[in-house]
Amino acid sequence: MNKTSVTIISKKIIAKETIELTFHAEGYVNQISPGQFIHINVGNGSSNLLRRPISIADVDVDSQIVTIIFKIVGVGTDQLSRTEVGDKLDILLPCGSGYPINQLELDRALIIGGGIGVPPLYYLAKQLNKQGVAVTAVIGFQSKDYVFYESKFKELGNCHVVTDDGSYGFKGFVTDLLNDTPIDYDYFFSCGPTGMLKAVSTQLKNRNGYISIEQRMGCGVGACYACVVPTNDGTNGFKKICKDGPVFQANEVVLV
Amino acid sequence: MTLLTRIPGLTLKNPIMPASGCFGFGREYSELFDLNKLGAIIIKAATLESRYGNQTPRVAETSSGMLNAIGLQNPGVEAIIDNEVSFLANYDLPIIANVAGSTVEEYVAVTKAFTRTANIDAIELNISCPNVKEGGIQFGTDPTLAAEVTASVKQASKVPVYVKLSPNVSNITTMARAVESAGADGLSMINTLTGMQINLNSRRPLLANKTGGLSGPAIKPVAIRMIYEVRQQTSIPIIGMGGIMTAEDVLEFLLAGANAVAVGTANFHNPFVCPEIIEALPEVLAKYGFSSVEQAVGKGHEYGHKDLSRT
Repeated sequence: MNKTSVTIISKKIIAKETIELTFHAEGYVNQISPGQFIHINVGNGSSNLLRRPISIADVDVDSQIVTIIFKIVGVGTDQLSRTEVGDKLDILLPCGSGYPINQLELDRALIIGGGIGVPPLYYLAKQLNKQGVAVTAVIGFQSKDYVFYESKFKELGNCHVVTDDGSYGFKGFVTDLLNDTPIDYDYFFSCGPTGMLKAVSTQLKNRNGYISIEQRMGCGVGACYACVVPTNDGTNGFKKICKDGPVFQANEVVLV
Repeated sequence: MTLLTRIPGLTLKNPIMPASGCFGFGREYSELFDLNKLGAIIIKAATLESRYGNQTPRVAETSSGMLNAIGLQNPGVEAIIDNEVSFLANYDLPIIANVAGSTVEEYVAVTKAFTRTANIDAIELNISCPNVKEGGIQFGTDPTLAAEVTASVKQASKVPVYVKLSPNVSNITTMARAVESAGADGLSMINTLTGMQINLNSRRPLLANKTGGLSGPAIKPVAIRMIYEVRQQTSIPIIGMGGIMTAEDVLEFLLAGANAVAVGTANFHNPFVCPEIIEALPEVLAKYGFSSVEQAVGKGHEYGHKDLSRT
């Protein structure tokens, strides 16, 4: 993990309250694996002391450009949304442990994303596609206004969009679509709100898969024990989301 | 310019150490910088048995600070000695072990376990964790109980004992004098101030534990005031802490009467803050007319009224 200062090279509003930022991270991008995050200092001086963990949505190794996508949900992301092209960002990267796709043997992958859990799955889908894995994505959003990256996922394989209110695509939750639509896959990879991850892990409990979870973090390096999650093996054990995760095997940890 | 700092049991290359609970057992930060740069390390609190701690969320941001309610999560003193102290023993780094407990017997047992190893240089007696129901805070707010646990731990310990004081009391000097009389070799102050944040959407306290300990620059003036008061009424050394972010902050603590300092919340903001402060400190000391750390200690007391008025 490194601490560096990067300059924002593009800023786009890609859906309601959803912003995509890109920056050059020369020399750091080769270390990034899908599912990892960057830990961003969104304040100055003693305001907003806690960094904000934001997942990495895409990496372009040739141009050394990193893309992040975040939704404005609180003080930190609001602050981050006020940055402009040319502004500097003080970041730690890459943080956490990503999807271990190099250790998996698979031909077909199912991507299941919900809301702001969709971004890290894009870089994952891209890497899987590059390895020759057939990718089917099921991505869910609150409503039509919040949908993003549908066309980018379509470039990599099948993509089903789901909205809670049915204002775009399939109406319901991602798990409803999975019930409704038979999809062949060897592994599933999921990221989204805890409620969705619980539903997905329960529904697919007999399948191999990985989930990525989020939690309020302190240090982001594994030292402060703020973002722990209990393990599911009955040993009273725990994992640190920022260091051991945010990606875990489905059912490895207890979702709370 | 010398940063050398001598306090009971500890000869420090410089007066900067990470505060307990804000640096784990050093392992993660050792991947980021050479721990030998630090003056010392205060490791995360140990209890006799392993503890899982509180439910999440365990942290919340506040204006110029943060709340935490981790709940003394730790693998228990024996596991810490076997897996963590042994790792830190590879460094040229004094180790201060933070001892927590819910009874005098537990404090004594944890202290004995630590002092059986040759690698612990001092004990920080944690009678001030606000985040667990049975976590010793009663010892930190009652001078009689504080003196009792200090005397027992002091008797059990082969190394100097620094008592970590809680700011959640109406008179900090009473607490400081009580533990000094009971044999404390030094003080460590301040721990966090109890606070709460309520989420507007959920209408519930944001932390799962409801209350948490406030830390960061928000509490620095409280720490400075308490150290200043205690310095006037006790003669044992003080490790000062509470919102230190910069080398200038360190000097302010020294002037108030701290002999060394610990850096806590700032590590989360910038994982490299300790080595950065150590590097900046000589210039800051020189700028304000000091040629050593020891020269600056207590120099904030030379002007103005001798005693603080008490409200």
